[in-house]
Amino acid sequence: MGAGFRRYSTYRQATVAGAFTNTVFGFLRCYVLLAVAAGAGTATVGGYDAARLATFVWFGQGLLAVVLLWGWTELADRIRTGDVVADLLRPVHPVTRYLATDLGRAGHAALTRLVPPVLVGPLFFPFYVPHRWSTVPLFVVSVVLATVLCFGCRFLVNATGYWLLDVRGPMVLWALGSGVLAGLYFPLRFLPDWVAVPLWLLTPLPSLFQTPLDVLVEVDPTPRQLWLVVLQAVWVVAILVLCHLVQRSAERRLVVQGG
Amino acid sequence: MAEPGALRAYWAMLRGQARSQTAYRLSFGIDLVSNVGATALDVFTVFVLFGVTRVLGGLDLREALVVTGLTACAFATADMLVGNIERISLYVRTGRFDAVLVRPLRALPQLVLLDLPLHKLSRAAFGTAVYAVALAAAGIAWTPGRALLAVVAPAAAVVFFGAVFVVTASVAFWWTESGEFGNAFTYGGRDFTSYPISVYSGWFRNAFAYALGFAFVSYYPALALLGKADPIGLPGWVGWLAPAVALPAAAVAALIWRQGLRHYTSTGS
Repeated sequence: MGAGFRRYSTYRQATVAGAFTNTVFGFLRCYVLLAVAAGAGTATVGGYDAARLATFVWFGQGLLAVVLLWGWTELADRIRTGDVVADLLRPVHPVTRYLATDLGRAGHAALTRLVPPVLVGPLFFPFYVPHRWSTVPLFVVSVVLATVLCFGCRFLVNATGYWLLDVRGPMVLWALGSGVLAGLYFPLRFLPDWVAVPLWLLTPLPSLFQTPLDVLVEVDPTPRQLWLVVLQAVWVVAILVLCHLVQRSAERRLVVQGG
Repeated sequence: MAEPGALRAYWAMLRGQARSQTAYRLSFGIDLVSNVGATALDVFTVFVLFGVTRVLGGLDLREALVVTGLTACAFATADMLVGNIERISLYVRTGRFDAVLVRPLRALPQLVLLDLPLHKLSRAAFGTAVYAVALAAAGIAWTPGRALLAVVAPAAAVVFFGAVFVVTASVAFWWTESGEFGNAFTYGGRDFTSYPISVYSGWFRNAFAYALGFAFVSYYPALALLGKADPIGLPGWVGWLAPAVALPAAAVAALIWRQGLRHYTSTGS
């Protein structure tokens, strides 16, 4: 974990550039969603009022880099070059090792990438402060679960490289699907219930991004908040088990690339 | 200007790219299909937003789709033609840019052709289809002038987005680790111009719409096509300013690119 943190803290300029970009997209998304709320003319859209929408967008822009929906190709690259063989020689299981590094990275991102948009947003837009004390610890737990879950999904996408070698296809499908179905483009509650509910229960995607944000802005009463986090935990277990299974079957058939 | 020898060299690079990219048929096929996805999702998002509201920034769904379609068409085309210039930071950091410079060809066309993403053809075609359907569905009162504008506007927008790609990529000459910085203006510009600019406000709108010129990419041309008045208050003819904004933008981009080239010092290894 420490290694992951230190490694990412060396890319200081890229961190600044990333935080700047997240902030610009925060403005873009926030204005559009607030215009939607204004155009609808009702007090709330999909359960969100203006302050909740703005908070959803700005925390979302910060959270994006913490859970890291996109841009992790380390495992796929190592599979392609054959370096992955070094991971198999280490005494730590590859899934555990990559997860630990990823948590270190997420810790660094929480300090450097979550904070800037969350500070900038309230300067220009309304902001929703949670009313219930239980929301804040629940939000922290939810973010940690989302990070682990997102790591698991990325690991699986990368692991297709064991069989395909060229992972561009799965990578692009993942980038597209996760962006829209995790709640980055618009809050999933804008969708009709018969789409949103199955999406939540049958795919891990909303648990990656939408759940922590919904917990934070208190769209639901406490029991429902809790259930959403429990659902996240169930998905974390399921995906991590799947990661181990995939890794094991990959190790059985692995032919190391290169000489 | 490029002599026949240079043209032949560019042509050979393009053919080599086409051959290498289509060598893995399945991967190329997946790329073709999945590339449509990004633009399809942008359009889908507009539909979802209009599922909860009837008007957005003064436009209804059919009118807003003209704005979105114009952007989708132009951005996807520009991204295919010059978008891969983004990789310049990789070339600069690794020193591979030296290999580009020592060849007796110009650097910009070389870089563009070195990785020309042919699989993005599908996205450009899809974007153009969205634009065409949006134009047909919007109930436009066609005049010869508007028909001309319907063609000129996306062409100008392609030039404009291309200029944005080149400028943001040039940043890498001065700031190698600029990372995602350019995305704020390339993909950010695409998102900004996908919606009527009347949804934005304050200094943020002034900066993106007027100082950087994104307002003239799709919003004002769309208003002119639809014959709608601008709620912000600019006169109707500004929709025709698209080429007058795009061409200077391209000139500025060329200038910055050349400055960047002069500033480039190799990593030397």
